[in-house]
Amino acid sequence: MSQTVTDTAPALANDRDLFSKFDPLIAEREALLATGVRDPFAIVMDEVKSPTLAVIKGQETILLGTYNYMGMTFDPDVVAAGKKALDEFGAGTTGSRVLNGTYQGHREVEDALKEFYGTSSAMVFSTGYQANLGMISTLAGRGDYVILDADSHASIYDGCFLGDAEIVRFRHNSVEDLDKRLGRLPAEALKLVVLEGVYSMLGDVAPLPEMVAAVRKHANCMILVDEAHGMGFFGANGRGVYEEQGVEKDVDFIVGTFSKSVGTVGGFCVSNHPKFEVMRLVCRPYVFTASLPPSVVATAATSIRKLMHAGEKRAHLWKNSQRLHKGLTDLGFTLGTKTPQSAIIAVILTDQTQAVAIWQALLELGLYVNMARPPATPAGTFLLRCSLCAEHSDEQVTQIIGMFEAAGKAVGAIA
Amino acid sequence: MTDRQQIYDSITAQIAPFNKKEVALTEATTFAGDLEWDSLTVMDFVAAIEDEFDIIITMNMQAEIETVGQLVDAVAKLKK
Repeated sequence: MSQTVTDTAPALANDRDLFSKFDPLIAEREALLATGVRDPFAIVMDEVKSPTLAVIKGQETILLGTYNYMGMTFDPDVVAAGKKALDEFGAGTTGSRVLNGTYQGHREVEDALKEFYGTSSAMVFSTGYQANLGMISTLAGRGDYVILDADSHASIYDGCFLGDAEIVRFRHNSVEDLDKRLGRLPAEALKLVVLEGVYSMLGDVAPLPEMVAAVRKHANCMILVDEAHGMGFFGANGRGVYEEQGVEKDVDFIVGTFSKSVGTVGGFCVSNHPKFEVMRLVCRPYVFTASLPPSVVATAATSIRKLMHAGEKRAHLWKNSQRLHKGLTDLGFTLGTKTPQSAIIAVILTDQTQAVAIWQALLELGLYVNMARPPATPAGTFLLRCSLCAEHSDEQVTQIIGMFEAAGKAVGAIA
Repeated sequence: MTDRQQIYDSITAQIAPFNKKEVALTEATTFAGDLEWDSLTVMDFVAAIEDEFDIIITMNMQAEIETVGQLVDAVAKLKK
């Protein structure tokens, strides 16, 4: 690296700037798009007709890549509540929750959450991402430990990096690995164990009773479970996987989002801890950002109250998940889980070229799914991630399986 | 054989199954640069080292470790 410095140095220096580290990614994308495929990360929904149907480039397209699990986005009561709040309280709060940004609607959505989860406290953040960011970075401070699953969502990792705690991770869903790592930490240190009910890439569910039992063998541990993909769908009251698996008494904090089953945007944490309310004063991602608009909290509150009584929708969503899982398995696709475990069905493909080819073939047939690639995916896999909605009709699920058959055969992914 | 040499030998043995390009190892070998490991390989390797020595290498510590020699030093310190 002994290059002579010449008078061209300033010009050369300009070839390199802070964007240079992204050159490999830019080159990879250019090479991919040069093959003539559509950009999987630049889709525009020109019209959205229902929770399951949109218009993309003039074509009616079935949506199988949203987190709209319970189909609440177009619920008439939810939409009406949002319009009323927009009229009565305006477009936005222009302020922090701890200053001028708490309206009656923010209080009401927190009351709805407390009722939904049966907890003494509920705190609403502006996004689900910020809820994890805020809870993890604030709860675990210097000298404390956060213990997290290796496949945790980016918001959990980022919550760790924002805080000052020591970070320890264990192999995905491995009870033994979690137990072993907790056993190596100083007993007197305070620890936060972060788990997820449903892991969003493969749609697999955590073995929470076994994990909780492993955690409880060790001193000074609190447990936080992210139920972003479990809310609305799992458990008698739709609280999440932790309810379905019967570990409600053992979980200290539940983090969730309004941007999936609830059908709008926002995040929250619920807890029974007697000192929980102090979080409102010390949690930076809660304090230093504007609160949700009145229309958003009004739609969320209405949706949450309706999700309490959505047993029939839950049953239909399970049926959809089971049918799609069986249909794709029968066609010969490799899926992320052997059995249907959640509303997410992940189709595992060999490489980016094949993944993009099927993704595009499906889109041309009128089906939108999510393409996911490393680093978002576990073990360097390329996935087509399907997420079902309670509003997908039986007929749509049949159509979806037919489209996968046609696209898979056209691309040679299945025989 | 010193303690440090034992740790070095043990770590290089653990690197072997992940050393797909059969890069010659020295104290100065870097994990990201020379071995070209991605974050997933690093994760598997760190778990193997943790189990081998019955220690925890936190992610905070991992961020500071770039070379084989630095890892040997970190393990020697953590084992105490």
